Amino acid sequence: MNIQDIQEEIVDEFSMFDDWMQRYEYMIELGKSLPLIEEQYKTDDNLIKGCQSKVWVHAELDGDKLVFTADSDAIITKGIIAILIRAFSNQKPQDIIDANTDFIDEIGLKEHLSPTRANGLVSMIKQLKLYAVAYQTQLK
Amino acid sequence: MLETSLDIQTIRKDFPILARTVHGQPLVYLDNAATSQTPNQVVNVIVDYYHRYNANIHRGVHTLSQEATDAYEVARQKIQKHFNIGKSHEVIFTSGTTHSINLVATGFTSFLKKGDEVLVSAMEHHSNIVPWQMLCERTGATLKVIPMNMEGELVMEKYHNLLSEKTKLVFCNHVSNALGTVNPIEEIIEGAHKVGAAVLIDGAQAAAHIKSDLQALDVDFYTVSAHKMCGPTGVGILYGKEAWLNKLPPYQGGGEMIAEVTFEKTTYADLPHKFEAGTPNICGGIAFGAALDYMNQLGFDAIAQYEDELLQYATERLLSIEGLKIYGTAKHKTSVISFNIEGVHPYDIGTILDKLGIAVRTGHHCAQPIMDFYKIPGTVRASFSFYNTKEEVDKLVEGVKRAKNMLL
Repeated sequence: MNIQDIQEEIVDEFSMFDDWMQRYEYMIELGKSLPLIEEQYKTDDNLIKGCQSKVWVHAELDGDKLVFTADSDAIITKGIIAILIRAFSNQKPQDIIDANTDFIDEIGLKEHLSPTRANGLVSMIKQLKLYAVAYQTQLK
Repeated sequence: MLETSLDIQTIRKDFPILARTVHGQPLVYLDNAATSQTPNQVVNVIVDYYHRYNANIHRGVHTLSQEATDAYEVARQKIQKHFNIGKSHEVIFTSGTTHSINLVATGFTSFLKKGDEVLVSAMEHHSNIVPWQMLCERTGATLKVIPMNMEGELVMEKYHNLLSEKTKLVFCNHVSNALGTVNPIEEIIEGAHKVGAAVLIDGAQAAAHIKSDLQALDVDFYTVSAHKMCGPTGVGILYGKEAWLNKLPPYQGGGEMIAEVTFEKTTYADLPHKFEAGTPNICGGIAFGAALDYMNQLGFDAIAQYEDELLQYATERLLSIEGLKIYGTAKHKTSVISFNIEGVHPYDIGTILDKLGIAVRTGHHCAQPIMDFYKIPGTVRASFSFYNTKEEVDKLVEGVKRAKNMLL
């Protein structure tokens, strides 16, 4: 599936819930399926700045596709990064760079999360795209 | 019902913000240690200032300027009286506690030399650590830390051992913002004075709960921020003993702080104007006076008694939640509860509580050394004010339980 299809799938899933509690519970659930970063990569270099909780992200190439793993010490944050990684992992770096992130608004994440958390979300997206830019250069 | 002589429901009507909703839920505002809410009585003073007599002060010949100057100076006198300060010019208006502390820290640069020692407590806010670190870097003086114990109390025996003729300055908060501990400042001040050291007490967290008599305390410097005690943001005071304020060099150059200026030399104005360069937060200063009027009308004894009831009730109720741990269990505390639930990140709890309309603070509370001491990333902090109710405590407890169920 391409990024667009996955994002639509996520939006569909979230549209089944009518209140915030169910959305949060689902997000927490998604956090449990996050492909976890290996302990050795949980370094300060892989820490995303701008989040009140800790978020580590690691990226590596598998053929021409970029694979992300991550973790967080906060469970809701873990859910958020899991959603992002589901959309962006196993995709070509150029597609990650080109992807828009409107689906975040559509599943109500940005509007429902506090400003500092939302900034953390923005930092996470930025970091995933930065990895894509770096590996795109490497692929060339 | 909790026992109090205050009519809480009537008091709440003074704060229109308390009637609003957040995420469709009635607001439960429990972040009072960060900033307190502002009653109509203070807001009205702010509006009245801009409607009737907004003007620059201390220099105009016209009526508006005179009225604004009078109101500003009346506010200074109210602050003087409230804290039982000897002379009104010992009250310096600042933008708040951080500004006040930096004014003193910068001024002390010329008084310190290599080998001198500055003591700070282990439970300081960053604003009370960084300026002293910078001061020590500039002068070569050494920063030493008064340790605390697991209850969140200063180890006074260690404090007395740290004091020596090398000690030039001691800095400590009256009340810890992260833990709520009320520090034994009388003993701290007395000990420091015995070795000839000056003492600055940061009263930011204390002033809304404790009415301090600064002359009786014999403290050299004391700082307060108006927004923690029903006043507006961006204004506060530095109290300094006259002798110290005369000794300290001016902090900022500008209008108002000068007596005479030529290109060869400037002579500085007398106290307090020497430290009040530029146009101050005039309206803020006047509103600060109104905030003190408001709180004094309720009475600090009644406020402290009621807040203590809230603290005891909330402590008991929160501790009934399995896995909940409170950080800061000092015998003498203000109405602040810092806590965590085992296995849950404080930020997750704060996020769920926000969805329920409950405002708390999460994180390290600008006191990272305390979090390092307890080896935790941060805490959830609920801080209560006299306008909070028992029912709001119940909502907090229910909210925490709900968050725990979702998150664990």
